[in-house]
Amino acid sequence: MIPFMFAISVVAFLLIQAPPGDYLTTYIAKLGESDEILDQASIDNLRARFGLDQPLYVQYFKWVGNILQGDFGMSFEWRQPVSDLVWERMGLTMCLSFATLLFTWAVAFPIGVYSAVRKYSIGDYIATTIGFIGLATPNFLLALILMYIGVVHFGSDVGGLFSSEYKNAPWSWGKVWDLMKHLWLPVIVLGTSATASLIRIMRANLLDELNKPYVDTARAKGLSEFWLIMKYPVRVALNPFISTIGWVLPNLVSGAVVTAIVLSLPTAGPLMLQALLSQDMYLAGAFVLLLSSLTVIGMLISDILLVLLDPRVRYE
Amino acid sequence: MMPQTLMDTDNPILRVQNLNIGFNMRQGMFDVLHGVSFDLHRGKTTCIVGESGSGKSVTARAILNMVPRPGVINGGRITFNPDGTGETDLTALDPRGKAIRDIRGGRIGMIFQEPMSSLSPVHTIGNQIVEAIRLHQDVDKAEARQMAVEALKQVEIPNPDKAVDRYSFEFSGGMRQRAMIAMALACRPDVLIADEPTTALDVTTQAEIIDLMKSLQTELGMAIMFITHDMGVVAEIADEVVVMEKGHVVEKGDIHQIFDAPQHPYTQKLLGAVKRLEEPAEAKVRPTGDQGDILRVEDLHLRFEKKEGFFQRVTDVTKAVDGVSFTLKRGEALGIVGESGSGKTTVGRCIARVYDPNSGVIDYAGQDLMAAGDAQLRESRKQIRMIFQDPFASLNPRMTVKQIIAEPLIVNGIASGQELEDRVAKLLTEVGLDPSMMERYPHAFSGGQRQRIVVARAIALEPKLVIADEPTSALDVSIRTQVLDLLLKLQAEMGLSFIFISHDMAVIRYFCDRVAVMYQGRIVEIGETEQIITDPQHPYTKALLSSVPIPDPSLRGTRQRHRYQADA
Repeated sequence: MIPFMFAISVVAFLLIQAPPGDYLTTYIAKLGESDEILDQASIDNLRARFGLDQPLYVQYFKWVGNILQGDFGMSFEWRQPVSDLVWERMGLTMCLSFATLLFTWAVAFPIGVYSAVRKYSIGDYIATTIGFIGLATPNFLLALILMYIGVVHFGSDVGGLFSSEYKNAPWSWGKVWDLMKHLWLPVIVLGTSATASLIRIMRANLLDELNKPYVDTARAKGLSEFWLIMKYPVRVALNPFISTIGWVLPNLVSGAVVTAIVLSLPTAGPLMLQALLSQDMYLAGAFVLLLSSLTVIGMLISDILLVLLDPRVRYE
Repeated sequence: MMPQTLMDTDNPILRVQNLNIGFNMRQGMFDVLHGVSFDLHRGKTTCIVGESGSGKSVTARAILNMVPRPGVINGGRITFNPDGTGETDLTALDPRGKAIRDIRGGRIGMIFQEPMSSLSPVHTIGNQIVEAIRLHQDVDKAEARQMAVEALKQVEIPNPDKAVDRYSFEFSGGMRQRAMIAMALACRPDVLIADEPTTALDVTTQAEIIDLMKSLQTELGMAIMFITHDMGVVAEIADEVVVMEKGHVVEKGDIHQIFDAPQHPYTQKLLGAVKRLEEPAEAKVRPTGDQGDILRVEDLHLRFEKKEGFFQRVTDVTKAVDGVSFTLKRGEALGIVGESGSGKTTVGRCIARVYDPNSGVIDYAGQDLMAAGDAQLRESRKQIRMIFQDPFASLNPRMTVKQIIAEPLIVNGIASGQELEDRVAKLLTEVGLDPSMMERYPHAFSGGQRQRIVVARAIALEPKLVIADEPTSALDVSIRTQVLDLLLKLQAEMGLSFIFISHDMAVIRYFCDRVAVMYQGRIVEIGETEQIITDPQHPYTKALLSSVPIPDPSLRGTRQRHRYQADA
């Protein structure tokens, strides 16, 4: 775990250093557009002030050292501490991810079980068709359609996670309620494709398990069909659900940038994109590092849950 | 305790009358059972015998009204009369209803063939037995747990208090089957249906399970319906026999009547196939005395190391092959016999260099295979071929028979084009298949035909030595002798040498000139087959032979069975 996190921090740092130039190059170019020329002395001065003149490894250790003390550095672009910028965004991202995960499970689990147990029934065909459509539809397109429907037919305020009056207000019950009202749209948009694939996985897994001899054994014991299926094959087929915890986070952040921009969600994706574009290295670095760590933690959690759920894994 | 009901032959506890089962296919209804009738009696064992596809298992499931889809019961009655008071027609009950569920597990228990997969891998043994108990008896969890421990004790599982909290994969095959029996008997059913309960087990374990079932029957006085394809097992356990072929009951009657005076040709064929395996094949060609050795194995060792942790430290070493030595003459068939886990398969794979042995000598016709490099192994593998146990798994389902058989010829650049086709046709004729079948895929063939395809592939390169790993274990008895006869014919024609790995003494006796008995990675005894079978020296060989069922009911109980315990 610890060596892994260390490796991640190195990679994250190298990644944000990889594009040619640094924040100053971008900054100078920007100034150049508005006809302001900086002389070499002030560039060097700035460079020294930001610590950009030092060798890479020195910069790296400075960065990591500060992070260990909870200081992610200053954002060049926003002139604010990175942590202030990041925490708000990460909090909302986590909240959105978690809601999406719950939505995905809540929808995929019953539909997956149903379409496996009633294989080739009308219901299975409908679920399968919807599943394929869900898989094939790009998220941003779905977002646009749902926004259109929301605005035109329900007259609701879509886009973003808060109404304008709450946007900069401190947290309160009103704000939480407002968040809930806005959350459903991105949750559906982001959850659809994951739900569709999870339905397929659940169906395929359960179909494999349904014909296993232990199901017959349980039936021969006199167990009712519903409990039989719930207790035995579903339990075994559940593993992929647990594994989704690990991949839902990175998926949401990397795959959802376009959706987040379309829906103007104040999540991590758009800000990270902006930070990368302007080579705002400390901000970008903090994001890359946090997201990677969350992925690792997510994987760890899903592994631990898997061990708790499946004694065969424990036995190994 | 109740002698008159125990032996009450006039009032069967369960009657199957004219049972008809169809499979509802796209092409229409396709019948798999045609008017099957038989009775089960309290305190008696009825064996249902037949080869795969004869409809034995589907009959068993019909009794519990759980015929798998797309099967439907479309005729006949199954009446259940446990107390002699009134009949229940099981086929008339709703398959998902409460009435049939009370009978399943409560009055009629069932055990299945595969002890490996018939228990849930993610629930403890205790959990599953407790569930069975609480479904039918009004007891609380603690009481049910106590009853589960009792049930495990009854089937002679050591440390039942601890075993109850174990998972099925922590048990051996025999222990799992014991747990299955404990579960099926936990509610004291009136009828026990056992669907090939010993087929997946070693002979020694099989003998123990059969003894256990017999003693539990005397204790509990239940009726047993025992499904098997093994006439030896029938002779050991049955009171009544029902012979099934292709969904028909062709013959039924008392055990002695069936064995001494079988009426139907199919019964005679089944018995004949078993009897033939009682002695060496007549067509066997013994190598002449002056033949030289083709293979010499000396002091072969292979260890499997279990590595754990970040630094891959070796935490456990299994000596799979622990100092094995033997020689094989040209044209000779050497059998290797032993239980699962004895290392017999591993020895075979070491010789083919599928595994790399840790130390020892493998001298194949003067070449040292231990030191052979890749190029030399490619050469030697043309002459040393393998045949595997499962003809369903060892053929690629996406290749035609022609592609399968031609593959070794193409890979070694021996033939191509029309010549290749001719050779494949010739090989198919040699193994007794029609060459016009070569464009078909393996799924179009039966188990016996597939094993012939496997044999054709093995002899395509005209090998000198064939390592056959349980080549007949997955086959029905009548097909088993056919495949063995084919191998004998090829041995005579091509002068092949065989290493024949099997757990089945009868097959070894039929086929092999000499036999090596393996136990825990070592050869405990090696010699002429007949001599070892008639006069075994090592106690393990004696124990192994004592477990083989004798296909003669009049000799039942004449032999003392025992299990070999190695000294620590």
